[in-house]
Order: sequence, then structure tokens, then C-alpha cells
Amino acid sequence: MNDLALSGRPLTDITIRSAVQGDLSPADLRIHPDTLRRQASVAEQHGNPQLADNLRRAAELTAFGDDEVLAIYEALRPGRSSLTELENIAARLEASNAPLCAALVREAAAVYERRGLQAPA
Amino acid sequence: MTKGDGDARPVLGRFAGLDERPVNLDGFSQEDDDVGLIAFESVHDPEPSVEMDEGGRIIELDGVPASRFDIIDAYIAGHGIDASCAREANDLQDVEFARLIVDPSTPREEVVRLARGATPAKLARIVARLRPVELQIAIAKMRVRRTPSIQAHVTNRLDDPLLLAADAATAVAFGFRELETTVPVLGDAPSNALAVLIGSQVGAAGALTQCSIEEAMELELGLRGLTTYAETVSLYGTERVFVDGDDTPWSKAFLCSAYASRGLKMRVTSGGGAEALMGAAEGKSMCYLESRCVALARAMGAQGVQNGGIDGASVVGSVPEGMRELLAENLLVMLRDLESCSGNDSLISESDMRRTAHTVPLVLAGSDFLFSGFGSVVRYDNMFGPSNFNGEDLDDYLVMQRDWGVDGGLRPVDQEGLRAVRERAARAVQAVYRELGLADYGDDHVAEVVIAQGSKDLSPLDPTVVLEAADAIQERQVGILDVVRALERTGFHDEAERVLAMGRARVTGDYLQTAAIFDEEMNVLSRVTDPNDYQGPGTGYEVTTARRTEMTGIRQQRSRQDLLEKQAVYAGHIRLAEKGEAGPGVDPREVCVGVSPAFATTLWVTSSGLPVGEALRQILAGLEEEGCVARLVRVRSTIDVGMIGLTAAKLAGSGIGIGLQAKGTALIHRRDLPPLASLELYSIAPLLTKEMYRTLGTNAGRHAKGQRPVPVRNPYTEQAIEARYHSEVVAMVSVERDECMSDLGPVDLEVAR
Repeated sequence: MNDLALSGRPLTDITIRSAVQGDLSPADLRIHPDTLRRQASVAEQHGNPQLADNLRRAAELTAFGDDEVLAIYEALRPGRSSLTELENIAARLEASNAPLCAALVREAAAVYERRGLQAPA
Repeated sequence: MTKGDGDARPVLGRFAGLDERPVNLDGFSQEDDDVGLIAFESVHDPEPSVEMDEGGRIIELDGVPASRFDIIDAYIAGHGIDASCAREANDLQDVEFARLIVDPSTPREEVVRLARGATPAKLARIVARLRPVELQIAIAKMRVRRTPSIQAHVTNRLDDPLLLAADAATAVAFGFRELETTVPVLGDAPSNALAVLIGSQVGAAGALTQCSIEEAMELELGLRGLTTYAETVSLYGTERVFVDGDDTPWSKAFLCSAYASRGLKMRVTSGGGAEALMGAAEGKSMCYLESRCVALARAMGAQGVQNGGIDGASVVGSVPEGMRELLAENLLVMLRDLESCSGNDSLISESDMRRTAHTVPLVLAGSDFLFSGFGSVVRYDNMFGPSNFNGEDLDDYLVMQRDWGVDGGLRPVDQEGLRAVRERAARAVQAVYRELGLADYGDDHVAEVVIAQGSKDLSPLDPTVVLEAADAIQERQVGILDVVRALERTGFHDEAERVLAMGRARVTGDYLQTAAIFDEEMNVLSRVTDPNDYQGPGTGYEVTTARRTEMTGIRQQRSRQDLLEKQAVYAGHIRLAEKGEAGPGVDPREVCVGVSPAFATTLWVTSSGLPVGEALRQILAGLEEEGCVARLVRVRSTIDVGMIGLTAAKLAGSGIGIGLQAKGTALIHRRDLPPLASLELYSIAPLLTKEMYRTLGTNAGRHAKGQRPVPVRNPYTEQAIEARYHSEVVAMVSVERDECMSDLGPVDLEVAR
């Protein structure tokens, strides 16, 4: 199977020659969301729906820049975000075709509220 | 130390000796359920339970109702328990479940299915039912990947990038398939990641690398392709410690997805003892808390767990059944169908016996990763702290593999091969750092790195050089493509191809599946492609003939031919000419010296390194001092030193004979004694000296004169003298056997110099 990189470039075009000629960008070495979803199916077929869920969330996150991903991680750490801030992140994720990640953030918010792990509003 | 207060009596010598033993530097804790100092089944551990509503939602987990779930319960209940088999799994008697795990006729997949429904408390109780040998069988059956593998720590005190690369290449040469580095100076991390990445692809393709540092920075280096997997994603078994660790299950789950979104393999880290060490174990047993961590790892969608002997290993080791608990932790991971990166990561004891006893059961059983960091460098350079096994132990480990015929993941290396990969790795990093303008290391530094055992062998350089290189990597956001280009431009084509292949691997994503590694041909071995199919004897992973040859060919192994090489050095130094058939002597002063069939014919040096002629000369001189007449015969019909001596005694006019084998073993015999008796026996040939052979001659002479000499005591040693010499003895004895002619009588000899 000839996978495509996130950039759309086929794997077979990712060569030393193209690297040295400066034709490649970091997106040529990034995984494509479709590939992650296919890997999720494989994980599911092999009896691990949790790994599959993880890979499907990952597929959503391919659309986000490194800084955005790091920022969301930081926001989910204990005591970092108010419930409103978490809801804003979830809404933004949802609006950006990342419903599974949005659900994870909302679920976190509900538990953080009950366990007192949100930042003071 | 063992004296009570006010007791003036001296300490028993037996205790004083024991007190000095290394094991007594270790700390041992009395069990204390209240603070979690208990391996299995604290009185405060919950009874397993699971309740579901009509929709299959978990509303009670291990005695806790949903309204009181802490963050760990909540995440496990929400994602980690398979409602379709929760009832079935939790209703099964603990011992019945435990039997299914070890029963070869119950397929692995069936156990995995049931474990999906088991609560943390349930699985903790089940693994507690297994005895050590049953844990081993369970691990052989339940580990995910069929082919075992092993991870290395590659670090040094200086963060020297050339040495890191050379040591990474060294680790790969030995067979390590994952290399983990870290830093003594946080700012150096990008340089370390880069150097280990380059070194890891010298000599062979496909070793995975990581740089263990703070979560956010580790992720950042991974995103840029300077590392190829991550494992510093720590989980803890109580909410307090989890939050103190500045994370929640949701932040960690998000981190898992973040790594996967960039095609990076990752696993989480946990391990018993951490909660007790942080003073927040909530009175729970180590096994139960770890069972929560592992259930959480599965719930989050992590593909694997590093546990069973990580930072808290010595806390676990301090309590009764602690070692057993560590092994059970690895099994918990396997039961959840996750990759086990199985501890042995930190030095668990000052005692070599005790630390080895910790590691051996797992190595014999096999694991996805037998160590979550074998310290491939010398102890002082391991910036994680020493591992349970370290660079100093590599030969021991290789021999252990050979002893048991088990695949411990490593292979012997030869010096020239190792020199070549170390030099190439150091040169590649030198070239890339120059090409990218990061640092300029001289050729003299390369030369030092190649031969260095560790960083203490390097001339001191300006320590800010590494920090500046690391800063430059960060400022310019150097990534995997820059590395590939720099390697190719500086003539390191193979390495450029292999680093790029690691980049392509993250586009393909096959190594995101459970327990994935690359072999040296870049094939992915994982749960999907290489599933463990152990079902009892004759099934599962087998050491192939080729692998066996690789494993057994340790550099210390010698053929019979090799062992006999030093014999040739002294060939012909003495010549014993045959004079004819030997008959009984009549001179009462005559002592007969019988030598063995190969003595000075094909064997020339005793096992103590003495030329056989010299041993003989000393004996003859001793006899002469006593005024005896020495007569020399060769006993051709036996290689047994007793029979040689007795034959000589029967030929001697005095009735006293000496038996002397080429390997140096000697005795004094008397013609009326049974064959296996003797007057004096010098059995430990490797320790016999010229002086002892002289005394042997003197004493034989005194026996001949009817005196009673003070017998020479056999030299004594505490060393494993037999282990040291027996391979050589077998070679020498086989030569004696070849020279032995059972139908030939003894012949008289004379020394023809």
C-alpha cells in the first residue's frame, strides 16, 4: 500500500534525493489522518478499541499545529483551566472537525469539576 | 551491629561476617498496610466489584460508586472495562481465572478477552494467586510479541554527543532495539536526542530512540523527528500522586493522541512503590495500585507500559514478596494485551546475587522488552542512575543467554566490528555538527571517543559547547530532514537512508500497533505481525539455528584446538627417549616417576603454566636431595594419575612411585595401597608451583627411606578454579586419551636434553 504523507506526497517520493534537493518539508514526514484511521481499524480488529480510539483522536489532531497541540495538553493539566476555558477548547475542537478530542475535553471538565481540578474562574 | 543495648558480649563471628555482605547495605521494611508498604493484598484493598446500568455504563467499580469515583476510577470506568464480559470475568473465582492464565490449552486470546472485563482489584488478586514459576509460564504465554527484545540506556556524564553516538552504535551492535537517553543538564537534551538518533542508525537500521525529559519538551523533540518513540508519560495509582505529578488521566490520554498524531510510538510508565514513596498510597497494596495504573493505560489507548522495576523498584524490593510483585506487574500489562517494557531499569540491590535473582526469572520467561533500560554504558555514565544490569555486566548477560539457551535479545560483538561502528558514529556526528554549524569537534576527540570505556576517559572539553549546540538545534528548529541532508552531504549515505527510513516509518504508522519494533531489515514486529502464539512446549518463540550460533559464539569460547595452542610454544623443550620395556627394580633407594601417555610427547605445559620438563626436573632434584635413585617410566596404558603412580610404585625397588600427568596433577603412591589411595595427592594442578614439585620429590624420597615426611597441603583457593580451568583440562585429557594405548606396558625413559 502506498501511503500518502500528510502533505499528500506519496511515500515512494520521500527519498534521499528529494530530501537533499530541498523538495521535502516536515509535512512530508507527517502521518496522514486516513492512515491513522486505517491503523485504528487494525487495532480494533485485533481487539483493542481503546488504542483505536486513541488513534482516531490522533487523526483529528493531525490538522493542528505543534503549538496548538502542546497548548491543549497544557490546558488539560490539573488546575490550569477554568471550566469555561475547557468548554471553549472543546468548542474549538468540535468546530475544527475534532469531535472525539472535544468529547475527551468535555469529559475531563466534568470530572475536574467534581474533583476540584479546575482553575478558579 | 547485632549487639543489644548493654550487652557486653562480643558479636558472633558468624553475624559479623554476614553483616559485611553487600545485601546488608539494602534496606528492608516491615510490612505496613497503612502506608502501602505491602506487595499484595493490603487489608485496605477493595473487594473486586463491578455494577452497570441498563446501558452498560459502569456505575460501581471495586466498591466505589460512580458519585465517589476519583479521576483514575472515572477514566477506567468510562473507557477501560468491557461491559460485555465484565460480569463473567468478575464472577470467575480468582483461582479459576489464575489457572486459565497458565493453562496451555486455554488460548491467549481467551485470557485477554476475560481480562478486558476484569476490574483492577480483580486482576490484582488473580496475579497474587500465581507462584513465581507460574508467573513465568504466564509471562511466556501472555506477552504480546512473539520475538523478545531489549532496551538500552545510552547516556554519559558530559552529554558528549560523539560519545553518545558511539555508545548508541555500540548498543545496536550488541542487539538493543530501543535506546533511551536522558540528560544531566536539561538544556543539552536536543543535542543528546540528535546524537543518539544518528548513532542508532550506524551499523544497522531500525533501532528506536527516545530522550527522557519533561513531558512537553519530550513531545517537542519527538514532533521534530529527533526521537522515534516516547515513554516518559508517567501514571500513578492514586489521585493525589497523579495530580502531584502535574497531570490527569485526560491530559495523559491527550498526550498519547498527540504522539500518535505525529506517527510516534509511545508507552506510559508506572510501577509499584511510587505511591508509597510519595506518601500517598492510601493504604493500598503495591499490586493493586499498579493494577489501576495498567487498567488506566489500557483505557487511555496507550499501546504499552514500562513497569515492574522502575524508580520505585527498591521500595517494592524492601517488602516481603516484593520481587514477585515486580514480576506480577509485568504480567498485569500483558494480561491487558499491552506491550510490556519490563523493568530491570534501576539497580535494585547492592548484592550481585540479589539483583541477578530479580532479573533472571523474567529473562527466562521472555518479554516484549526484557529491560526498560539495560545500562549499556558503564555505571558512572548512566544518567538515569545505574540499571539493574550495566555495561560492566554485558559479558555476564551474554553468557547467561548461552547458559540457558534463551534469547535475551543480545549478541556477542567482536572488537574490530565494534571499533568500526564506534568510529563511524563519532565521525557522523562530528560531520553533522559541523555541517549544521552546531559544534566543531576535532579528530583527536573522535579518536578518544572510539577507544573510551566511558566519559572519564575523555580529555575535558568546554562544557558550554554542548549547550550551545543544543540551543542552536532549538533556535533553528533542526529536524529529521536537516539531519538526513547533513548526513548525505557529508558522505554518510547509509545512515542518511536509515534516518530517513525512520521518518518514513512514522508516515506508514505500522509501528503504532502494540509492541512494535523494527528488525534490522525494517520489518515491523508487533502484535499484528508477530503475535505470541505460545501454547505450551513446542510452541511460541523458538531460537533459530542461526540465532543460536550467534548467541553461543561468545568471544571467550575456545575450541579444543585453541586451548592447545599454548602447548605448541613449549614443544620439544625436553626429550624423553624410550629405553625399552620396564621391569621391576631391586634397588631399595629407587623411586620410580611414572609420567602419563602425552607427557612431553604432545602436551608440554601444565595447567599452572609450568613447562612439563621443569615440573619433572624439580621432582628429580627433590629425590636426589634425599639420596634416592630416580627412575623414569612412561605408563602408556592409562591416563589415571592414581594408576600411573601405582604402576610406578610397583616397578620401584623401594615400592614408592610418583604419578605425574602432563596437566600437572601428581601424587605419591606405594605398591601395597589400593589404586585410589595415595600417600600424598596434589590435585589442584592449576595452582601447583615449582617448589611444590620439589617437595613432592623430597617427600617421595623420605617415604622410600621409611620416614614420615610432613605432607604438603594442597593449595586452597576460594575461587571457582574449576570453572576457570576445566575447559582446558577437558582438552588436555582428551589428548592424553588419544595417546593412551591400553595394551602397551610401561617403558623406561631417559632424559635426552
